[in-house]
Amino acid sequence: MRAYFGRRYTLSASHRLHADSLSAEQNRAVYGKCNNLHGHGHNYFVEVVVAGKVHPETGMVMNLVDLDAAVQARVVDRFDHCNLNLDPLFVNLVPTTENLCKAVYRLLQEVLPAGLLERVRVEETENNFFECSGE
Amino acid sequence: MIYLTRRATFSAAHYYWNEAWSEERNEKVFGRCANRNGHGHNYTLEVTVAGEPDPVTGFVVDLKWLRDLIEQEVLEAWDHRHLNLETAEFAQTIPTTENIAIAAWGRLEQGITGPARLSRVRVYETPEIFAEYRGEA
Repeated sequence: MRAYFGRRYTLSASHRLHADSLSAEQNRAVYGKCNNLHGHGHNYFVEVVVAGKVHPETGMVMNLVDLDAAVQARVVDRFDHCNLNLDPLFVNLVPTTENLCKAVYRLLQEVLPAGLLERVRVEETENNFFECSGE
Repeated sequence: MIYLTRRATFSAAHYYWNEAWSEERNEKVFGRCANRNGHGHNYTLEVTVAGEPDPVTGFVVDLKWLRDLIEQEVLEAWDHRHLNLETAEFAQTIPTTENIAIAAWGRLEQGITGPARLSRVRVYETPEIFAEYRGEA
C-alpha cells in the first residue's frame, strides 16, 4: 500500500530579497522591508514528505534515520545559521522562500532513492509557506 | 468539492520488532524503537472527508457525528492501550506510523457512507513526524 511519511526540520537563516536587474527604487517597491540592505532572518520549518509502498518487513516507507541523515547533510548543514544570499545557489537567484523551497527539493532529490520524494514545504513564518512537488 | 478535517488525539504505547529477524537486525533497523519494554506517544489523528456541502444543512458531514465515529472506531480501541499487545491489527503488523495510518483508514472507511467519502488519514506521532494514507493500493 502506498503511504506518505513526513518529517519537519527547522533551520534559521538570513536573507535579503534584492534583484540586481531592478533599480534600487524598484527593489524597494517590489520587496519592501525584505530589501533592507543588511538583510533579516527567519526560523524556517522544512517539511519533507516521501511516498511509496510500505515495506512489508519494516512497516516503513523510508527509515526515518536515513531521511534525517539526508536532510541534515544536504539542507540543514548547508543553510542553518547562514546567510542564504552568500550560498552559491543564490548568487544569481533571489533567495525568496519559493526559490529556497525549489533548491531544497532539488538537493534532496539528488540523494534520496528515485521516486521517493513527494513534496517539500518551507514555512517562512507561521503565516506563509511554499510547496514544491517537482512540477 | 470540500475537504473537511477533524482532529482527535490518543495516547498509546508501542515498539517496533520483526519476529522474523535477529535481535541484532531489529536493533540496527529500528534503533531505540526496538526496546521491547515499549515506549509511547501522544498521537494526533487527522481524518479528512471529501464531499459537497448538503444544500439544506451546508454540511459535508456533521462534525459531531464524525467525532463520535472516530471515538468509537479508533479511540476506543487504541487510546491508552499498548498497540502491539492489545490490538488485533498490530499483533502481527509492526505499529509504525505508516501502518497506524493505514489501520485507522481501515477502521473508518466503512462508517463513512453517503455522498461524503474518506479522503485522507494523517497520524502525527510527534509534532515533527507524520504519516498519511489516502486509500491507495
